[in-house]
Amino acid sequence: MPEAKPDSRKGQENGFEPKIVAFFCNWCTYLAADLAGTSRMKYAPNMRVIRLMCSGRVDPQFVLEAFAEGADGVLIGGCHPGDCHYQEGNYKALRRVRMLKRLLKTMGIEEERFRLEWISASEADRLKVAVNDMVEKLRALGPLKLETPKEFFAEEVKAA
Amino acid sequence: MNGNGHNAARIGVYVCDCGTNIAGVIDVKALAAFAGTLPGVVVSREYKYMCSDPGQELLVQDVRDHQLNRIVVASCSPLLHEHTFRTATAKAGLNPYYFHMVNIREHDSWVHEDHPAATEKAKDLVRAAVRRVVFHKPLERKKVPIHPDVLVVGGGIAGIHTALTLANAGKHVYLVEREPTIGGHMAKFDKTFPTLDCAACILTPKMTAVKQHPNITLWTLSDVEKVEGYVGNFKVTVKRHPRYVLEDVCVGCLECIEACVYKQAKYPDEFNLGLGKRKPIYIPFPQAVPLIPVIDPDTCIEFKSGKCKKTCVEACGDRHGIDFKQKESTETIDVGTIVMSTGFQVFDARRLPYYGYGKFPNVYTSLEVERLINASGPTGGEVILRDGQKPKTVGILHCIGSRDENTNRWCSRVCCMYSLKLAHLIKEHTGAEIFNFYIDMRTPGKGFEEFYQRLLNEGVHFIRGKGAEISAWPLDPSEEGKLTIRVEDTLIGKIRRIPVDMVVLSVGLEPHADAGDVRRLFNISCSQEGWFLERHPKLAPVNTFTDGIFLAGCCQGPKDIPDSVAQAGAAAAESLALIDAKFVELEPNTAYIVEDACSGCKTCIPLCPYSAISFLEEKKRAEINEALCKGCGTCVAACPSGSIRQNLFEDEEIFEEIKGVLAHA
Repeated sequence: MPEAKPDSRKGQENGFEPKIVAFFCNWCTYLAADLAGTSRMKYAPNMRVIRLMCSGRVDPQFVLEAFAEGADGVLIGGCHPGDCHYQEGNYKALRRVRMLKRLLKTMGIEEERFRLEWISASEADRLKVAVNDMVEKLRALGPLKLETPKEFFAEEVKAA
Repeated sequence: MNGNGHNAARIGVYVCDCGTNIAGVIDVKALAAFAGTLPGVVVSREYKYMCSDPGQELLVQDVRDHQLNRIVVASCSPLLHEHTFRTATAKAGLNPYYFHMVNIREHDSWVHEDHPAATEKAKDLVRAAVRRVVFHKPLERKKVPIHPDVLVVGGGIAGIHTALTLANAGKHVYLVEREPTIGGHMAKFDKTFPTLDCAACILTPKMTAVKQHPNITLWTLSDVEKVEGYVGNFKVTVKRHPRYVLEDVCVGCLECIEACVYKQAKYPDEFNLGLGKRKPIYIPFPQAVPLIPVIDPDTCIEFKSGKCKKTCVEACGDRHGIDFKQKESTETIDVGTIVMSTGFQVFDARRLPYYGYGKFPNVYTSLEVERLINASGPTGGEVILRDGQKPKTVGILHCIGSRDENTNRWCSRVCCMYSLKLAHLIKEHTGAEIFNFYIDMRTPGKGFEEFYQRLLNEGVHFIRGKGAEISAWPLDPSEEGKLTIRVEDTLIGKIRRIPVDMVVLSVGLEPHADAGDVRRLFNISCSQEGWFLERHPKLAPVNTFTDGIFLAGCCQGPKDIPDSVAQAGAAAAESLALIDAKFVELEPNTAYIVEDACSGCKTCIPLCPYSAISFLEEKKRAEINEALCKGCGTCVAACPSGSIRQNLFEDEEIFEEIKGVLAHA
């Protein structure tokens, strides 16, 4: 069955709606997203959440794979420093994010496309603001145009 | 394209309408039809309430009729109903981990107004789940035994009630309190609203029962220092601060206090909030439990100079109950469950200088007035000002540090009622004319509104308006020598100035200043305000997100005594339910090593915060101790050879989810 193309959605004049893949930890940011729901907050519908137990589980390959598969942005959400349910997984995530930021830059992927947010279980509002802000920035940036063909990354990912 | 098992997968997809919660925003029929077109999907349906019995039955029947071997339910948050649907999957004869849940309510229909975009999002999420579930494996939940002992942290009314309930059920309870006595805030109150029961009369028998109960180990002047382990098997380190009077020797005759070289009490008394005086060796209040004196090393001459005559030691005589050299000690205990009942602190009225607390001697906080009214308080129950005079007019200002954008935004729930109670008691004690200044009168409890009516009939004045300022500058003769409350009376629309002799600030409740540290210690969450966060505001109000740790009383949010006691009972029952099950089943989301692929690089070993990974020298391979692994997956993400994997969160499952949410056709 043919699916609706992204440009059929409501949005900017140019019709571009970015797609964001989000990796949220089970204990803080995923719960904040649940709370945003129970509080009936409204935010842009561009994000797709993948639940992990800890932001420390986010393998850099997940981020690369998301960009390779056509994500316009990737958001990682974890507990605040010092608050990790697993003591220090979020610090490990932070290290990998720093490494990834440098790597993505060399690939020509704009830094606004990749974001790490510390959002605790009670900070639904912070989540809403982060998502809306990211969507705004990505709308302004336009779709991700990889200088290197997607297949290259697919090969890279497989080889890793 | 999907590797193993793809051809064999027979998936059932169930889209829940959740009444109109989901169906009102997402086109559920289109979503179910879409799911039916996805590879591997044999059955796809939408149903009004999937969590209902007929909803679950539908799933079970389909598994049998269509030989399904994978289940996807798109409904609410997995934190709400994952367990429900796993159980249904198991009931249908499948391993419960062949199930995956899609959150299209909290993460979709409730947060988006654009219906087509919400439906597209739901399709993406369902596609991701369908692709993911193909790779699911059968898993077993690990059973671990539960230690029957319980730790209760905080000895106010909530902690006392929890401890007694558990102890009466035959469980051993460690009750840890950081003050020298249990009793908490309730011990400071005079009467309780709306029945005007004497707080001490109903509390102190319970305090004594704690002390005498063979199943309760009471540690006062103690702090929890470290918490390790997990549900059923916590290892807790408690630091016990020195009291300098030996608990196992002292009989509570209190002769040492009498004999102290200070003939008169000299130092501000903490229990009476500094309104009274105590000696360096003292008991906090006459019904303290344990009834054992405590020495304050900051004021005791022996500690300060080492040159005291030590008349207290003489008075104790052969018992040798006083030990100036007592050191702090550390106890390590094993418990299966923990109940947090650490309570609250009252708002510091000094933060609002326009009310003049700390500047004008006759501005009091409500808690101070409780002590003034109390017969065992610093004035023996007489409501007198600092100059010894009885007040003729009293102003009670509600909502100090509550419902205020500048301080705390929440309603502290108890202030309206305790202000009414104080108005009644002050009137009873002094016959003074009393003015209440309120924003809204909130009396939503059993007998509360009736109590308010009673006060109205007693002739207490109620002025609708939040007190704006207290000043000692008289603007006309009637204000000479008085404190003037400036207020906008919103019922008549005028600014009024009301001179009074005494001001009572009805201070709100707020989380302890160190609640953040305590929560980190126990690995539980806080709300934005700093109250400990319950697992679900309605359906799991005493559970936390950390299994085996429960909440009771005001540490979870402001509440009155009956609510605290009810919650304490609930926390005790939740704890008992776990203990009496004897075993707890843990999520099988642990990491494991594919030994053949491990290169023995040891990258993973320092990453594990639980030291669950060790290196097998003879094999040159890493090994994960499943019992210690808590399943965060940090090592999995770090393994350069991809040889560490995680149950429930396998790499290919997540890669499929990524591809699934992004696939455009």
